[in-house]
Amino acid sequence: MQDKDVIICRCEDLSREDVRKLIAAGYTTVEEIKRISRCGMGPCQGRTCLQLLAREIAAMTGKEIADIEPGKTRPPAKGVKLGALARGREEHE
Amino acid sequence: MSNNTAEVVIVGGGIIGCATAYYLAKLGVTDIVVVEKDFFASGSTGRCGAGVRQQWGLKMNVLLARESIQAYENLNEELDTGMDIEFKQEGYLMLAYNEKTVEQYRKNVALQKSLGIEVDLITPREAREIVPYLNIEGLLAATFCPTDGHINPFITTNSYAEAARRLGVKFMTYTEVTGIEVEKGKIVAVDTTRGKIYTNKVLNASGGYSREVAAMAGVELPTYPERHQILVTEPVAPVQGPMVISLQHGIYCQQTPHGSFIMGFGDPQELKEHVISSTWHFMEEMAHRILPLLPPLAELRVVRQWAGLYNMSPDAQPILGEAPAVQGFYNAVGFSGHGFMLGPVTGKLMAELISGRQPHMDISPLSLERFEKGELLREPSVV
Repeated sequence: MQDKDVIICRCEDLSREDVRKLIAAGYTTVEEIKRISRCGMGPCQGRTCLQLLAREIAAMTGKEIADIEPGKTRPPAKGVKLGALARGREEHE
Repeated sequence: MSNNTAEVVIVGGGIIGCATAYYLAKLGVTDIVVVEKDFFASGSTGRCGAGVRQQWGLKMNVLLARESIQAYENLNEELDTGMDIEFKQEGYLMLAYNEKTVEQYRKNVALQKSLGIEVDLITPREAREIVPYLNIEGLLAATFCPTDGHINPFITTNSYAEAARRLGVKFMTYTEVTGIEVEKGKIVAVDTTRGKIYTNKVLNASGGYSREVAAMAGVELPTYPERHQILVTEPVAPVQGPMVISLQHGIYCQQTPHGSFIMGFGDPQELKEHVISSTWHFMEEMAHRILPLLPPLAELRVVRQWAGLYNMSPDAQPILGEAPAVQGFYNAVGFSGHGFMLGPVTGKLMAELISGRQPHMDISPLSLERFEKGELLREPSVV
């Protein structure tokens, strides 16, 4: 399969080709690629794509995957509706 | 670096540092090293709300913002890096819920119009034509400027850096400044975790860390960090053109070109230290404040929250210029939450100053000395 047909980030529709272009352009950390491409910023919270991204970085930079920093995990762990948050606040007022 | 010297060392790879590097190089000063602790836009720039507006109450702020937005309108062509800064120019809608704010906005609009800004004081009904699901209960009036908007800070900063690099500027990322050496009142070198750079000119563009960096040169700044938090929702189809902002509620909310909604509020209780963790309190409080104004957003899921630092100055206005006590030490700091939107104009002004030119605007009211003289500036329209 060609790199453009291999999906790394489903939420943001990024292919392996997209990601490899960024790594080749010098963005060689998870944090940088996340910010420049939104890889891992979708509703899945990066659960699938960030590992795949780390693997691509390792492959292209010749590093061990264990040496690739995984990137910051931000709350919430799962999407929460704004309406539910507002009701939660009213409950413990 | 081949020879460990530079004409100018810039501390900080955010919007201010990268824009100044680009405009300096454009003026012919290309022997520059930008030192960045992490990566481009990793500090305040990449954590900001990304809004750009010209609706200010001080003439100087309107002029600075107007020039910045004009620069942003043409930045893709100017930098020619193939990157798109994603400028969504669909305005800012500023809401007024009491007579005092209406009166202030009336003055602001008159000032802004006199400076050529396309802006109007509008009725609640007209505001709802711009944002159809806006709850106008209690709303007295609003102002709307269609040329304000939203820009991608990561891509903008990287694009400036790339354009500067093409002109010969060197960048040292993942490199921290550990000291600034001063002899007889003049800058002589900058120490970093990757060695010493001999130089006579340093620009402090270190955002939230401005006070600490200045202290390395023996310059005392009255700036301090203040945490601000933001949340972002899942993306949906485009429904909201402008940034909606209410100074009374202290909130702002915008739909990005990508479809997600991004929002934050000013909290006087926020920590004034180097903390960028996020809180559950913010999530609930944000939801509580935004839903009465924009009720349909209740159905949107929050997917992420984060925090960043405002670099506050005592009058919430930037500090621009050479420090009086140390020759060659320049500050472009203290933007108090508005550094990204003022990036291009600040970059140009600092480039003019550092290259020995007369700045094209009088920035003396923004000097560090104003705090000693007691000549503080008062901007009435801030979140």
